[in-house]
Amino acid sequence: MTPIQTEVPQRRGTPQDSDGTPVISVRKLWKVFGPKAEMVPQSGELCSLTRRELMERTGCTAAVRDVSFEVSPGEVFVVMGLSGSGKSTLVRCLTRLIEPTAGEIVFEGEDIRGADARRLRDLRRKKFSMVFQHFGLLPHRRVVDNVAFGLEIRGMGRAERTRRAMEVVELVGLAGYENSYPDQLSGGMQQRVGLARALAGDPDVLFFDEPFSALDPLIRRDMQSEVIRLHHEVGKTMVFITHDLSEALKLGDRILIMRDGMMVQCGTGDELVGAPADDYVRDFVKDVPRGDVLTLRWIMRPAQPDDDLDGPELGPDVVVREATRAVLAAEKPVKVVEDGKLLGIVGDEEILSVVAGQTGGA
Amino acid sequence: MTAVMEKPEKADEAEAAGTATTAGGAPRIRRSMVVGVLLLVWLLLFAVLRGKQTLSLGAADLTGLHRWFNDVNDSIGASRDSNPLFLYFFNEIRLVIDNLVTFVQGLISQPTGGRPVPQIGWLGVVGIAGYVSWAVGNWRVALLAVAGFTFFGLQGLWQESMDTLALTLSAVLVALLFAIPLGVWAGLSDRVNRTVTPFLDFMQTMPTFVYLAPMTLFFLIGPASATITTVIYAAPPAIRITAHAIRTVPQSTVEAGDSLGMTRWQALVKVLLPMSRRTVVMGVNQSIMAALAMVTITALIDAPGLGKTVVQALQSLDVGTAFNAGLAIVVMAIVLDRVTTAAGGREEAARRSGSRFRAWRRPLLVAGAAVTAVLVYLSHTFVWAAEFPGEGGLGSSIARAADTATTWAQDHLSGLTNAFRDALTNGLLNPFQALLTDSPWWLVGAALVGLGVVLGGWRAGVTAAVCVGLLVGTGVWSDAMTTLASTLVATVLVMVLGALFGVCMGRSLLVDRMLRPSLDAAQVMPPFVYLVPFLALFGATRFTAIVAAVVYAAPVAIKIIADGVRNVSGSTVEAATSAGCNTWQIITKVQLPMARSALTLATNQGLIYVLSMVVVGGLVGAGALGYDVVAGFSQGELYGKGLAAGLAIVLLGVMFDRITQAAARRTRA
Repeated sequence: MTPIQTEVPQRRGTPQDSDGTPVISVRKLWKVFGPKAEMVPQSGELCSLTRRELMERTGCTAAVRDVSFEVSPGEVFVVMGLSGSGKSTLVRCLTRLIEPTAGEIVFEGEDIRGADARRLRDLRRKKFSMVFQHFGLLPHRRVVDNVAFGLEIRGMGRAERTRRAMEVVELVGLAGYENSYPDQLSGGMQQRVGLARALAGDPDVLFFDEPFSALDPLIRRDMQSEVIRLHHEVGKTMVFITHDLSEALKLGDRILIMRDGMMVQCGTGDELVGAPADDYVRDFVKDVPRGDVLTLRWIMRPAQPDDDLDGPELGPDVVVREATRAVLAAEKPVKVVEDGKLLGIVGDEEILSVVAGQTGGA
Repeated sequence: MTAVMEKPEKADEAEAAGTATTAGGAPRIRRSMVVGVLLLVWLLLFAVLRGKQTLSLGAADLTGLHRWFNDVNDSIGASRDSNPLFLYFFNEIRLVIDNLVTFVQGLISQPTGGRPVPQIGWLGVVGIAGYVSWAVGNWRVALLAVAGFTFFGLQGLWQESMDTLALTLSAVLVALLFAIPLGVWAGLSDRVNRTVTPFLDFMQTMPTFVYLAPMTLFFLIGPASATITTVIYAAPPAIRITAHAIRTVPQSTVEAGDSLGMTRWQALVKVLLPMSRRTVVMGVNQSIMAALAMVTITALIDAPGLGKTVVQALQSLDVGTAFNAGLAIVVMAIVLDRVTTAAGGREEAARRSGSRFRAWRRPLLVAGAAVTAVLVYLSHTFVWAAEFPGEGGLGSSIARAADTATTWAQDHLSGLTNAFRDALTNGLLNPFQALLTDSPWWLVGAALVGLGVVLGGWRAGVTAAVCVGLLVGTGVWSDAMTTLASTLVATVLVMVLGALFGVCMGRSLLVDRMLRPSLDAAQVMPPFVYLVPFLALFGATRFTAIVAAVVYAAPVAIKIIADGVRNVSGSTVEAATSAGCNTWQIITKVQLPMARSALTLATNQGLIYVLSMVVVGGLVGAGALGYDVVAGFSQGELYGKGLAAGLAIVLLGVMFDRITQAAARRTRA
C-alpha cells in the first residue's frame, strides 16, 4: 500500500490553501425524501431531530443533512460511510441526478441548482461524468460504442467519436477488446469500460459511486491502482464514494465521513486516524495500521531541555512507517523540522508505540 | 393462450395494493370451518326448498331484457346508415379495416381486380415466407416456414390458410400499431400504467366469445369485425409486455445515460428501446399467437379461413375434415411461433457467430430479395405458380386416416371412455349441477356471497353480491348455474392435474424438461382443435366440453404450480430433510403450503381459462350459456338472449376472478 503523501504531497491540508478557487463547493446541502420534504430543512426544530424521530414525526427520510464541503482542482475527494449513510444520494445530488431539497452547489462559480434542463444537460455532457457501481453499460453495444456513447449523445460524428473512444480504450488498458460486447468481459473489465466512458468526454470532474464494490478484492486493488495511475496521467478532479476505509485512505487526498446523512468529519487520512472527531470515527479507524497513515507530526513530542538536539532531521509529513528505520537507526532522537523551524522530536519510544500497535501518538 | 407470463407480475402489484384486506390474524382453521358450515346450511336448505324459485327459462323463452336487446339490435340495424355515431365513427373504422383486410386478402388469398387468382400465388407466398423468416430469424426457421406453407397446399387448404394468415397479419399489424406506442408510454409513465392496467385485465379476463356479439352489433359480421375483435384480443399482451420490457431496463443503465447528459428522446431511442427489443419481440410473438387463436374463433361471425372449415365440419360431425383443418392451424401456429421466437434471439446469435458471417449478410439479403422477387413475379404471371397444383390429396388422406382412427376409437374404446364419462357425469357433475340449479336462486346467491366474504374478504363479497344481482337480471340464471357447475367441475379437475404434474415438475428438472414442450404446444393450439378428438371419443355432450376446457386450462395451472413449488427456497427443503421429513411430508408440509399463493393463482387462472372455453363447449353439446351464445349468433330472435348469456359469462368470470384474487392476496399477507 502506497501512502498518499508520496502521491500528491503538495495537496496535503485544507483545499483553500492550494492554488485557486474550489471546483465544487457545497453549502448546507439537504436531501429529504417524503411528503412535504422541503419543509424539513427550513424548520430548525425538525432539523435537530434524529432520522428516526423525523420519520415518525413527518414520514420523511433525510438522506443528506446539512452537508458542506469544498473540492479543489485536481483533488481526490472521498466520501465515506456505511450503507444508508446517504453518500450515494449525496453524489447524485451534485449532478442533480437526484434533485436536492435545499442548499447550494457551486461548480466553477456557477450555481448548479439554478441551471435549467438544457444547461444541466450541457454540464453533464461536457463537465461531469460518473462511474457507477453496477457499470450501467449498454449490452447491445460493443465496448467501443459504449465508450463513445457520451460523445454520440453530444452529437459528435461517428468517425471522430470512434477515434476518441479508441484512445480512451487504450488508456484504460482495454486495447484488443474494443469489439467485444460487455457480457463477454469480466466485472473488472466492464468497470474499465465504465471508466473509459466517463473519461471519453474529457470532463473536468469525475464522480465515482462505489465503483469497485461489486468486484473481487484482487481486481479491486488493481482498479484502485488504475485510478491512481489515471489521476497521475490526466489529473482530473475526482469525487469518490466508497464504504471501504482502506480504499478511502489509499485514494483520497481528503475524506469526508458520513453517518445517517450527516457529516461526521472531513480531513486528510492522518487527521482522521490521528484525531478522530468522535467515537464513531474512532471505531472506524481502529483497525487501520497507524504506522501507514500517521505522519511524524502526529507522534512528535515537544523538545525537552534535556533532549539531544543534534540528531537527524525529517519533515513533519513523513509517514511513520517510512521514518521508522531512520529513527531507530539514529543514536539520538530525530528532529521534526519544517521550514527550518523545530516543531518537535521523535524518539524510539514514540515510533515503537505506533508501530507496535499500542495506543499512542495522538 | 396468452397472459401466462405476465400474470405473476400482476399478482405482485395486487399484493402491494391489497394489504387492506389482511385477515387480521384470523386462523385458517376457523375460515375452513366457516366454509364447511356454510355448505352444510346450503345442503340442508336445498333438501327442503329443492325446485322452488329456480328461475329456470326454456330454451326458446325470452325475458324483457332479451327482447330489449333484440330491439336495440334491430334499431341499430335500421339506423346504421343514418345515425351520426355510426356514420362517422363505427362505419369509418369498419371501412378502413375492411379495406386493409380486402387488400391483404387480394394479395394472397382472394381473387381480385378481374384476376381469377390473387396477386401473389403460392410460389410467391412460400418464397416470401422463407425469405422473411430467414431475414428476421435463421435458415432453420426459414426451412420450417417453407415446409409448413407447402404443407397447407398439399392439404388442399391453401386458400383457407391464406385467408387465416391475411386476417391474422392485418389484425396484428393494427394491434401493434397502437399497442407498442401505448406499451412504451405505459412503461415510461406510472400514471398511464395505472390507468391502462385495469382495462387490460378486463380485456384479458373477458372470455373471447363475449366480444363477438357486441362487435357484430357495431361492425356487422364478416372479416372486418373479425379483425377488430382480433385486434382487441391481440393488443393487451403486446401492450403489457412492451411496458414490462421498458420497465425492466436496469435503472443503473438509464442513470448512467442521464449522467452523460442524455435527453429524454435519446434515452428512449438509444437505451430503452434497444435494451427492451428482445422482450418486445416476445410481445409481438404473444400478440400473433393470440390473434391466430382469435381469428379461428371468429369463424363464428362469418370470418373466412381455416376456422370456418373447422366449425362447419364440427357442425356436421365430420371429424376427418375438422382434424385436417385443425392440423393446418397447428402448423401455422408452430411456424409463426418459431419464426418470431427466432427473431427475438437473432441479434444475439449473430453476435456470437462472429463478424465473418456479418460481412456476408448484406449481399446475401440482397440476393435473397432478388430470388423472392422472381418467385413473386412468376406466381403473379403463371397459373402453375399461382394455384397450388394437385387436388390436396394429402389432406384427404389425413382426413380419412383421422376418420378411421376415430371409428376405431369409438368401436374399441367407447366402453372405457363411456364408463369414465358416465362415472364423472353421474358421480360429480349431476349432483353438483342439481345443487346449483335446483336450489332457490337466493339461496345460491347467498351462498356465493358468503363464500366470497369468507374467502376473499368484504370487498370480494360486495363484488359477488353485485354479480349475483346482475346475473339474476340477465334472465339466464338457471343456465348460468348449469355452466357454473361444469366450470367448477372442470376447475377441480384442472387443479388435480395441476397439483399432480406441477409438483412433479417443480421437484424434478427432468420431468419439467420433458413436459414443458407439450404444455407449450397445448397452449399455442387454438381451442377448436382440442374438440375434434374428444368429440370423437365422448360424443357431443357436456362432458366433451369439460374435457376440452380441462385440456385448455391445465397447462397454465401446471406451469404456475410448478414454478411455485420450484420457488420454495432450497434451504427450507434442506432443513426439512435434515429434520427427517420423508418425500410425502416435504410435499404436503413444506412445498405445497409454501406455494399456497401459486395454488390460488393457479385456481384463478384455471377458472378464467375454463370459463373462456364455455362458448366453444357450446358448439359440442355443452348446452346452457355456451349454447345460448352460439344460438344467438345464428338465430335472430335469440340474439338478445345470446348477448345476455355472454354477459352472464363475463359476470361469472369477474366474480370468481375477484374472489380468487382476494383470496390469493390473503394467503400471501
